[in-house]
Amino acid sequence: MTEFDDERNLVVVGGGLAGLRAIEAVRGTGWRGSLTLVGAEDHPPYDRPPLSKSFLAEGPLDQVTPFRSTVQLREELGTDVILGTRVEGVDTDRRSLQLSDGRRLAYDSLLVATGSNARKLDGQDSVSGVVGLRTDRDAAEVRRHLDQGARVVIVGAGFVGSEVASAALQRGLHVTIIDSEPVPLTRSVGRQVGEMCVDLHRAAGVELRTEVGVASFASRGGRLTGVVLTDGSELPADLAVVGIGATPATHWLTNSDVALEADGGIVCGDDLATSVPGIWAAGDVAHVPYEVFGGDLLRVEHWTNAAEQGAIAGRNAIRGEGDPEKISGIPYFWSNWYGHRLQFVGTSLRTEEVVIGPGGPGSVVLYRRGDRIVGALTIDRGGDIMKLRRRIVARGSWDEAVEFATARVEDGSGTKQTLPA
Amino acid sequence: MPTIHVDRDKCEGLGMCEAMANDYFEVGDDDILEVLNDVVPESDRAHVQSATQACPVLALRLED
Ligand SMILES: Cc1cc2nc3c(=O)[nH]c(=O)nc-3n(C[C@H](O)[C@H](O)[C@H](O)COP(=O)(O)OP(=O)(O)OC[C@H]3O[C@@H](n4cnc5c(N)ncnc54)[C@H](O)[C@@H]3O)c2cc1C
Ligand code: SF4
Repeated sequence: MTEFDDERNLVVVGGGLAGLRAIEAVRGTGWRGSLTLVGAEDHPPYDRPPLSKSFLAEGPLDQVTPFRSTVQLREELGTDVILGTRVEGVDTDRRSLQLSDGRRLAYDSLLVATGSNARKLDGQDSVSGVVGLRTDRDAAEVRRHLDQGARVVIVGAGFVGSEVASAALQRGLHVTIIDSEPVPLTRSVGRQVGEMCVDLHRAAGVELRTEVGVASFASRGGRLTGVVLTDGSELPADLAVVGIGATPATHWLTNSDVALEADGGIVCGDDLATSVPGIWAAGDVAHVPYEVFGGDLLRVEHWTNAAEQGAIAGRNAIRGEGDPEKISGIPYFWSNWYGHRLQFVGTSLRTEEVVIGPGGPGSVVLYRRGDRIVGALTIDRGGDIMKLRRRIVARGSWDEAVEFATARVEDGSGTKQTLPA
Repeated sequence: MPTIHVDRDKCEGLGMCEAMANDYFEVGDDDILEVLNDVVPESDRAHVQSATQACPVLALRLED
């Protein structure tokens, strides 16, 4: 591979997982050009999944430890680190970034890894006790309320909200979840799995109210006292966690030539190139076509995706000539609820789903497109998920996957035990 | 030759290592990771390295 010469610089915007993996991968090639990381948060990149899991558990505070310290980023990865600073705009003709501290930063190659922001409800910011969970600060605020024995309302029965509900329940707190859909999560995992998720909440003893939204937040002295619902009822609450999805953090690109999708995500090729030469994207911000799923454009908001794409985009950003690397992984995520583990791999888009097993914990769900398997979900069957992943990546046949999963479920292999929450 | 080390306190059995290198890693029943072969010949180093880097909880190391 010929790389562009060492006189040039790569700027990575966004100090999350994708940004970190980009830097590591770039230095991993031996490239000696200059590297700069600009991140809006005060810390170097740290891990988000624990924020809704171990970080919220009772007991001594599990400190958020960055993957690498600023000193390590500088010394081990030769990276200039600019933290607590936001990129506010880009001039793609001059190849220059506008920073929130007034400075301009020139780049030869740019990698956008700004991730996403938690979506908000009207009025949420003016009431203390209403939190969208995205950063370590948000998590510390949620934790503080849990420590004080808050009455909790979770708005949105998605994965993050359900994990917070699980943590609150584990502490013996009163939790209610509300969701505007009749069966939450239907869009991401299908109706049958959505129903299994509803059952998981109910089996744990958590009240889930569906087809209802938030009308307003009731407060006294600026502090939350209750959540007023669209059906007129009010749930007394000291903490409301709003988990209604996330939007790509790309406001700063709206007036640039970088092509965005309707949701604000960045249009990329399967090599993570954006519409503007010299600009690449990775992680939660990127819409990428998946050849293995017939070219479907997916914006995946998962850990492994950010890690894989960050590394590939980083290497492509410093490559001079030759064919760029293409993405090879497929979406994968896990979530821990009430001592159960859900794992999903592949896609559920335009599929038909079939449940194998008891229809709850211990089940495998397979997602079909024609005669192929394109997705799989397991509940408490950690031994099966990667074997199914392999079949999906290899464009395996539907019949064989059904046969495999049925045999696994019937002979009692896979995981039956529940985890500590 | 490089050797695979698993931090058992950290490993959650999430299986990304198996996804990247199923000739070295397999998550078995009860989410316990089994390392099928912990000594890695030079020829497999890159491939096993990608698996150790894929672990979401940083439980894997490849040591010389
Ligand atoms: C609470 C929680 C739990 C999760 N649990 C799981 C899980 O169990 N499994 C799973 O697979 N995934 C999980 N995820 C998702 C996973 O963490 C994300 O997909 C991953 O963090 C995305 O990485 P990223 O680098 O693309 O973006 P991010 O991690 O969002 O990082 C982007 C960074 O860029 C910064 N930034 C944004 N705009 C600017 C700007 N203009 N200038 C400079 N910097 C900017 C942001 O402040 C942020 O630090 C979870 C996410 C959350 C929030
Ligand atoms: S990827 Fe990490 S957590 Fe998952 S099984 Fe492998 S070592 Fe364990």
